[in-house]
Amino acid sequence: MALAESLSGGGARSTLLRAGLARRAEAVVIPLLALLAGLAVFGLFLLTQGKSPVDFFALVWKGAYGSAFSWQNTLSRAAPLLLSALCVALPARLGLVVIGGEGAIVLGGVAAGALAGPLAGAPAIVGLPLLAAAAMVVGGVWIGASGALRHLRGVNETIASLLLSYIAIALMNQLVEGPLRDPASLNKPSTAPLADQLRVGNMPGMDVHWGLAFGIAACVLSWVLIERTTWGFAARIAGGNLRAAEVQGLPVGRLIVGFTALGGAFAGLAGFFEVTAIHGSANASLAAGYGYTGILIAFLARQNTLAIIPVAILLAGFDASSGLVQRRMQLPDATVQVLQGLVFMAILMSETLYGRLRLFAAGKGA
Amino acid sequence: MTSLTRPFSHPLSRRGFLRGSAALGGAAALSSLPLGARAETPLTVGFIYVGPRDDYGYNQAHAIGAAALKEIPGVTVVEEENVPETIDVQKSMESMINLDGATLLFPTSFGYFDPHILTLAPKYPEVRFEHCGGLWSADKHPTNAGSYFGYIGMGQYLNGVAAGHVTQTKKIGFVAAKPIPQVLLNINSFLLGARSVDPTIMCQVIFTGEWSLAVKEAEATNALADAGCDVITCHVDSPKVVIETAAGRGSFVCGYHADQSALAPEKYLTGAEWNWGKVYTDMVNTTLAGETIPNFVRGGLAEGFVTMSPLGPAVPEAGRSQFEAVKAEIMTGGFSVIKGPLKDNAGNVVATEGQAFLETDPSLESMGYLVEGVIGATS
Repeated sequence: MALAESLSGGGARSTLLRAGLARRAEAVVIPLLALLAGLAVFGLFLLTQGKSPVDFFALVWKGAYGSAFSWQNTLSRAAPLLLSALCVALPARLGLVVIGGEGAIVLGGVAAGALAGPLAGAPAIVGLPLLAAAAMVVGGVWIGASGALRHLRGVNETIASLLLSYIAIALMNQLVEGPLRDPASLNKPSTAPLADQLRVGNMPGMDVHWGLAFGIAACVLSWVLIERTTWGFAARIAGGNLRAAEVQGLPVGRLIVGFTALGGAFAGLAGFFEVTAIHGSANASLAAGYGYTGILIAFLARQNTLAIIPVAILLAGFDASSGLVQRRMQLPDATVQVLQGLVFMAILMSETLYGRLRLFAAGKGA
Repeated sequence: MTSLTRPFSHPLSRRGFLRGSAALGGAAALSSLPLGARAETPLTVGFIYVGPRDDYGYNQAHAIGAAALKEIPGVTVVEEENVPETIDVQKSMESMINLDGATLLFPTSFGYFDPHILTLAPKYPEVRFEHCGGLWSADKHPTNAGSYFGYIGMGQYLNGVAAGHVTQTKKIGFVAAKPIPQVLLNINSFLLGARSVDPTIMCQVIFTGEWSLAVKEAEATNALADAGCDVITCHVDSPKVVIETAAGRGSFVCGYHADQSALAPEKYLTGAEWNWGKVYTDMVNTTLAGETIPNFVRGGLAEGFVTMSPLGPAVPEAGRSQFEAVKAEIMTGGFSVIKGPLKDNAGNVVATEGQAFLETDPSLESMGYLVEGVIGATS
């Protein structure tokens, strides 16, 4: 203790450092403990069903992370989840709960699918950025509208974004089955197939499309924005106390609309990758629920955009292993949902533990 | 667990091809045997369903078909339910191929074909991909993929015959998912069957816009009952909600996809059911014999692809005899539901005098109209 103090040149600074470290450790250890607790409760649940938890977790490991194929399976599923979780985590920095990312994904995909027609002759270097930009603008406007409604009209952004996502899905169905429909898509109404050069391929050496790299980059950039820029600092202040931020002269309105729109843009980008990397056209399969899984991931990551990366890979892994669990253990598909639900509950409940564990009180006590 | 056992404790399990109540136990026992001990040519068959396999509908019909395979020696069946039409289904197929050694796959949802099966088939040329729905064409698609489907519109026509004898209001109803050719043919067939009994009958259709959306299906059924429809059928993935809601409102019902008579024993007239057990057994036997399944497989009532639920107690004697007579006529072949003179409900001629479309006519698979007498619009 004395040595540390003399080395750091002062007790106050050392205490601050230790407090910071303890806070970081707390933020890692508590969610991990909660995750283990959730898994343990699920193990008990399996025992009541007469199934072996050991077999189950072995299969989850095998199906999610046990081989190169399993890893690629997991990472492919994680790609859209990274982006859709940002649609929740970015507004959350302002204290907003946005749950309508599904709408931005769907309309972003439709925008990409619709614009791909006129751009069919464009080279990839021109066409793909334009498609991505269109998807991000549409997604950004859609979620940004929830933020604007909140700021200008006091409409609850949670309800507004959720209802807007239903409107988005209805709009997609209307467009894909009506004006944008490729007449050749008889029993699965879709926009016209994308030209070959407008398809996004896999990353080199792996069977995972580029959406994963962009998703990870988006999470890192979001972290930089929030933690290392004045905009992010202002957003955190506003998230702590909106009224106080207003009194301080922070541009609260622009922050709210900006952060919701940025989140929506990332969700729109997820729609772009679904269309260009997976489906090859826009159709009703875009409404696959990624927006809703993103909510779960953002909350599990405690709205930390860097933490979204491991959490998305964890949940995508559960998802990837669900098929193997169904096939090998004769368990229904809902089993993995029960597991996700229990983990979610455990992590939410662990929120009450912050600041209460003596182990992490070192900084304060010193 | 429940999700797995329910289809087999359902009355459907009495059907011949499900004989073994041990369908489940048997499969478990098989899969625990070493590979070589099962038969000389072990075959692992993978089934993927878009919804729950106990949905009383589309997915259950396929799951019952898959269960029929479990009795064939040397065949292992692996199944996954609730697999969306996204990258998920590609990975499920690959997982079955890589981790289970499946060499014959039945990804059963229509939306699995393009792009998902088309992406994987070239990558796994030794695996056979059989898709339900009807898009395979020799000049566009891989040869290790194929499509199969059945002429179930004939079943909806027979539903209409039964409905025509029961309706008092002369107005029948149809809850439909999306205005696509397969659905439109069913709606038109249902009405034309009823009009073969009484040409004044009208059919009101409501599109829910989704394949599986229970709330809208219930709302649509209630709206049809409110509008005076006293016989209601549907084309959605799971007819359960429509059947129960309609029967609860006092309407009679006709089934679709699977046998729903257990849900409304008094109100159930009959139903158009898939008989995938026969189709799958044939395909697996072909594969076990070392032959190749044809890439384009179609069949109807006569071929055993489609069957009708037994007539319910509410169908009068006159209806029973006409139902059986029309069914016999369909079985002999050459029967046309869409035949002239016939107009669509916007007044355009769809078949001129003397013109008739056989059930096998490919142009029916791109149908875009509702016939005269159907209240509703495709867009």
